[in-house]
Amino acid sequence: MNALRLFVAVGLFALITGCATQGGVESGATAPVEERPAAAGTQAEGAQAGGAAAAGSFAGEELDDPASPLSERVVYFDFDSNVIRPEFTAMLEAHGKYLAAHPEVRLVVEGHTDERGSQEYNLALGERRAEAVKRVLVLNGAAPGQIENVSYGEEKPAMEGTGEAVWSQNRRAELVYQR
Amino acid sequence: MMLKPNLFRLLVLPAVLALAMIGRAPAQPITIEIAGATEAAIPIAVVPFHVLGNAAPPQDVAAIIAGNLQRSGMFEPLASSDMLSRPARMEDVQFAQWRALGVDYLVIGSIQPHAGGSYQLRFELLDVYKNSRLQAKAYRVPATALRDLAHNISDLIYEAITGDPGAFNTKILYVTESRDGDKRRYQLIHADADGERPQALLTSSHPIMSPAWSPDRQQVAYVSFEGGRAEVWVQPVYTNQRPVPRRKVAAFPGINSSPAWAPDGRRLALTLSRNGNADIYVLDVDTGRLTQVTRHWAIDTSPVWAPDGRSILFMSERGGGAQIYRVPVTGGEPERLTFTGRYNADPAISPDGKRLAMVHRTDGGDRIAVLDLETGQLRVLTEGPLDEHPSFAPNGAMLLYASSRGGASRLATVSLHGRADLPLALSHGNARSPAWSPR
Repeated sequence: MNALRLFVAVGLFALITGCATQGGVESGATAPVEERPAAAGTQAEGAQAGGAAAAGSFAGEELDDPASPLSERVVYFDFDSNVIRPEFTAMLEAHGKYLAAHPEVRLVVEGHTDERGSQEYNLALGERRAEAVKRVLVLNGAAPGQIENVSYGEEKPAMEGTGEAVWSQNRRAELVYQR
Repeated sequence: MMLKPNLFRLLVLPAVLALAMIGRAPAQPITIEIAGATEAAIPIAVVPFHVLGNAAPPQDVAAIIAGNLQRSGMFEPLASSDMLSRPARMEDVQFAQWRALGVDYLVIGSIQPHAGGSYQLRFELLDVYKNSRLQAKAYRVPATALRDLAHNISDLIYEAITGDPGAFNTKILYVTESRDGDKRRYQLIHADADGERPQALLTSSHPIMSPAWSPDRQQVAYVSFEGGRAEVWVQPVYTNQRPVPRRKVAAFPGINSSPAWAPDGRRLALTLSRNGNADIYVLDVDTGRLTQVTRHWAIDTSPVWAPDGRSILFMSERGGGAQIYRVPVTGGEPERLTFTGRYNADPAISPDGKRLAMVHRTDGGDRIAVLDLETGQLRVLTEGPLDEHPSFAPNGAMLLYASSRGGASRLATVSLHGRADLPLALSHGNARSPAWSPR
């Protein structure tokens, strides 16, 4: 999926441009938003090259290879579910093995939901999704200490709008390498 | 509430209305829309107040009062364009004329500017069928207090007619999300109960959720993601101190969410997942002492306190789907309260503890419903498709909630007697997580 490759590209860009987006709180200060590569899915091709070029210095070649399952960083879920669908097991297996082979690498798994259901329930559901992903990664060799879960619930949709086409893109867990 | 049987009105009103329609201006944008069971609404006329002197007051007090009464769902104010006269004193009222218009009650008054920027305001509440005066009061206030005075008078009128206290002179909190270029901006907003005079208590580039009033209205607890994940903060609502003396009160591993103040104003019920799973806890804000209330592998969240402070209502999916449960604060076996439908969430309890409001999922989407805890009767109040986060007015007669349509979220109020949209003074952004202040 091109969309997924785009996530890599934009994700790596985010890594470079700085995960340390703190503050921005209070009295009108407009500090940077810690933006997920939200709009990536809706853009056209062409970002793969940028992703590959940007890579190197951070997580090593494997992570940056667009042909590798490691380039896929988003797991999608069914409504109100934290069950990992079969099509994502190979990808998570690859990430789990990669983490096992690179114990110095740190990963944040972000859990997200669609807008339906209460915000507070969705915060807990997002955590469940992140936890489900973490569990599979650990089963495949990653150390629990390498992985941190963060739930954003429905607060950071990948796609704006409403309806199943949008919701299916927002019910997700994103793998964000820290290093 | 006193409803007058009024055959006369039924016969005459259509004719008067037909006449009035002819002279009506072209349709204007409507900001208030009544969509519920409004046949029980009490007809009232709030006549625009006479302005004595030449300086026009900065607020249209009569319009604020009429808007308040309409939003309550209890009243149906007559459009000022349908009024045949505009009396300012009882001596000038032709009661027969108002009876012909089908009006049960009449509010009239005058406003006079004084030196130094203050205003003298006088109003009367009249019973059209008894030709009598129910209320008459005079005030002198600074211009900045005119809006507060309008809310005050609205409360007086509401109570004089319905016998129940009004909730117009109260505040609301909510969260807005807007776009600033490709950046998102989140604000915790404080406003009048009618949505006017919005002020930002917090502006952040990270999500804000679930603001909760302390019982004395002096503090707000909320969830902020500024630390990279959901953590609970407390800050004063009214302060001139800069920076605002806010403090993080819950930052345990996992999620820290859903703060709800205990009636004692010292403790917060919270959802924490510090043990790997979302459970309900009680935190003593000053001592930091933490007590776990629920312990279950299912998701437990959205705690609210029963008014007596002895039990906590919360949402849990322990029965399979999301339902509302009640558990003693001291812990113990939760008791399930909702049995209709497969998904009931976002509990809110009425100030008298007799009613439970919630998000109730139907085939038509997520709607706000109210369960009578004594009779077990469930009433669905809104139409969906994506309504959430109900919050009771301090008089228990209305609910404030967030309503999403087409990806945009706005706030609305619903009366337990009728329905009305709350027009918010919002120029941009989505409004969510509303919380109505205590009295």
